[in-house]
Amino acid sequence: MANEHGPALPLGSEWTFAAVEKYDQAIGRVAADFELDTYPHVLEMISAEQMMDAYASIGMPVYYHHWSFGKHFLATENRYKRGQMGLAYEIVINSDPCIAYLMEENTLPMQALVIAHAAYGHNSFFKGNHLFKQWTSADAIVDYLVFAKQYIAQCEERYGVDTVARMLDACHALMNLGVDRFKRSPRLSLDKETLRQHERANYLQAQVNDLWRTLPPRLEADQAEQEVRFPAEPEENLLYFIEKNAPLLEPWQREVVRIVRKIEQYFYPQRQTQVMNEGWACFWHYTLLNTLYDQGALSDGFMLEILQSHTNVVYQPPYSSPYYSGINPYALGFSMWRDIRRICEHPTAEDREWFPDIAGSNWRKTFEFAMQNFKDESFIAQYLSPQLMRDFRLFSVLDDDVRDKLHIQAIHDDSGYRALRHQLSDQYNLGSREPNIQVWNVDLRGDRSLTLRHFAQLRRPLDDSSKAVLEHVAYLWGFTVRLEGEDAHGKVSLIAERMREKRSGRTAAGP
Amino acid sequence: MTVRIIDRRFDSKHKSSVNRGRFIDRFKGQIRKAVSDAINKRGIRDLDNGEKIGIPGKDIAEPQFQHGQGGVWETVRPGNDRFSTGDQVERPKGGGAGQGKGQASPDGEGLDEFLFTLTKEEFLDIFFDELALPNLIKQQLAHIEQYRRVRAGYTQNGVPTNINLTRTMRGAAGRRIAVGGPYAAQLRALLIELGEKETLLAEDDPELEHLRREIARLHAKMDKVPFVDTFDLRYNNRIRVPQPSTQAVMFCLLDVSGSMDEERKNIAKRFFMLLYLFLTRNYERIEVVFIRHHTVANEVDEDEFFTSRESGGTVVSSALALMYKIIDKRYPSSIWNIYGAQASDGDNWNNDSSHCRDLLEQKLLPLTQYFAYIEITDGPAQNLWDEYAKLETAHANHFAMRRIATVADIYPVFRDLFKRQQV
Repeated sequence: MANEHGPALPLGSEWTFAAVEKYDQAIGRVAADFELDTYPHVLEMISAEQMMDAYASIGMPVYYHHWSFGKHFLATENRYKRGQMGLAYEIVINSDPCIAYLMEENTLPMQALVIAHAAYGHNSFFKGNHLFKQWTSADAIVDYLVFAKQYIAQCEERYGVDTVARMLDACHALMNLGVDRFKRSPRLSLDKETLRQHERANYLQAQVNDLWRTLPPRLEADQAEQEVRFPAEPEENLLYFIEKNAPLLEPWQREVVRIVRKIEQYFYPQRQTQVMNEGWACFWHYTLLNTLYDQGALSDGFMLEILQSHTNVVYQPPYSSPYYSGINPYALGFSMWRDIRRICEHPTAEDREWFPDIAGSNWRKTFEFAMQNFKDESFIAQYLSPQLMRDFRLFSVLDDDVRDKLHIQAIHDDSGYRALRHQLSDQYNLGSREPNIQVWNVDLRGDRSLTLRHFAQLRRPLDDSSKAVLEHVAYLWGFTVRLEGEDAHGKVSLIAERMREKRSGRTAAGP
Repeated sequence: MTVRIIDRRFDSKHKSSVNRGRFIDRFKGQIRKAVSDAINKRGIRDLDNGEKIGIPGKDIAEPQFQHGQGGVWETVRPGNDRFSTGDQVERPKGGGAGQGKGQASPDGEGLDEFLFTLTKEEFLDIFFDELALPNLIKQQLAHIEQYRRVRAGYTQNGVPTNINLTRTMRGAAGRRIAVGGPYAAQLRALLIELGEKETLLAEDDPELEHLRREIARLHAKMDKVPFVDTFDLRYNNRIRVPQPSTQAVMFCLLDVSGSMDEERKNIAKRFFMLLYLFLTRNYERIEVVFIRHHTVANEVDEDEFFTSRESGGTVVSSALALMYKIIDKRYPSSIWNIYGAQASDGDNWNNDSSHCRDLLEQKLLPLTQYFAYIEITDGPAQNLWDEYAKLETAHANHFAMRRIATVADIYPVFRDLFKRQQV
């Protein structure tokens, strides 16, 4: 094998640590040629069981204990053993240094693929994308998870596993509503957290008590305060609101709420950038390994195995296929990044009309800009090209429950491109995918009941599990909790109610 | 840049076991039911394996606020092969056409059943959870007859062999200092005075004489403080700590007369296996004695026990007598927990059955923790059953008997026999 870039890379399908290291160096060299900016990385070799375990605890190396992770583990294990699924393609931790897991069962070509995908692709995305920069502190997340695990373990020792599990159940139920969508999250660090935790607990308890003080108010003030709504503005972050304001929570319970909230916040950027992030990683493993192949460093058989895995990952089954389960983010993302490069390097007349800014530009510069400054929703709105819509043969279906039939709103033709692009972009808007539920009011002077309001979009109702969730809210709040729905016309109706006797611990179902 | 590759394959194995255990604890009720269903369905000799079970998905759901069906949904799909803008299409059967993601369960299993595999340990734990042999606790806590001697500090009285020299001498030295201290101080003062006066006064001065006498008197007093007093003696203390017996012997008594066919023996075999399996959970060491009988009984090894077949009549008492003999010779009941399990088709010589009852009642039952008898028959009760039945009420705590007909009956019998009893 002729190779002007140093010694030939090891062959065969069995990996060794030395071989993995050689591949990592070769891939790193090519990545540097492309000026890919990454955190330093660590490769960790793990067994299948450990992979399943990491998979169950949302991919993190340390995590607190909870039965639901056991449930996910058992489900994963069951499917893995029945051969229904391969294990996670890769798991990579957004940390500094970036941690990428390699599974020992994988062949050498697969290890090379995972290194290129995770340790260079995802890694550079974590480092560059504005959401990750803004929301997550790569240098502190592992420390924070250690803190969380220790803290929860301490709580379990003091208050019992069941009590803590009950608390975590409730928090997990509200996890999706535990993120600040607009505010910046402060940096996390183990030292700071441990230091400030105790102080914060005492302070918080004092704050809450003040809110619920029982001293008789002066009469004239009373009238005025009756009118004041609390919170003054509706609050979208339910867990934050509960942490700060729930009247009956113990300090440790507030800390647990905070832990769940903080960790969910950390994952929020990942939920917002799935297409971009996976597509970016796929693009880079494809590009880096193909470059190595072009340089003569990889054998044909090696490359074929990589391409076989690659095509499996980026395959998009059509809507009518039994394998269809929505748009494959790997497929869409990979195609979009490839398409952007095509537009930069070989633009057609159509591309020049649709993308005057990037057609014919330097593709690496364009890539960096797109990777850094977008999330799925805006990325698709900005870069989904007519060419790609044709390639995917996209079409848009309207399902309105008051109409008998489904309506095809747009297809991949001139009149449909913009509508399709807008629609697909909206599909990745977390705001419209998840129900919009906010803290509406607390009856400060009366029964201390908490009212949540669901702002229904497009008449989409909540499903039945919301009643079970409300049970959890009532547990956290300690008093009656109501869920109201507000439709497009501003009409408000009560969806569900959980009555709760003060401190009795019993709840009664409402309508 | 050199890469860091860390080999994590060997650390933190079974990291998931905590979460896994929490899951199983939490849904013990549902899992127990699923396990019980699974056992009823399959052969009991498979008990030693794990089990794939399913529990209702709705019980273990983790609820979140989600959109339900209804309202307006517009979704972009790939692979258009026939539609043009403005087409109207029937909703596909099964609904859900317009649903976005997130409607399927997160595990992709649907919400009907949550399927997973229990390991052998988890499976058996659940299986045995409610079971405990009668009097097991009683035996371990109340009737302990084995003791271990352990050291427990020091005492002031004991036998000479147990004297602890170090402690004793340390105490004696302390006492000597304490008691002799005032004399020693006086003595030092007198010696100094004597030393001063010896240089000033004449050798035969009466004052010197007085001082010397005083010093001699103090020496005599100090000598009277005993070097070792009985008061100083310390003995190593040893106490007896009850030692729960962790060994059991299990007697399997099987009727191999001509009337016991292969199927009945198989049923009996499973009965014995279950008891054995259960004992392995409770005792560190278990010995099994196999006694088979027709008209005469002998002790055999396991293979012969189940395979060989004799013909002829049946004298059950021969087996009971042999069991008593073996206990007497090899398994004193003070250090062995003795369990008996007898399987028969109930056939016996008429005049032998009452003899069996006497043997059991007077000799064996007082020695055994538990004695179980199963009669494998679908016909009417035989005379042995009638005789044994007389024992049942008087010895309800450690004697049980059941009639079973098929393999499927074994598990319920087992549960019934060894249901946990309140002590």
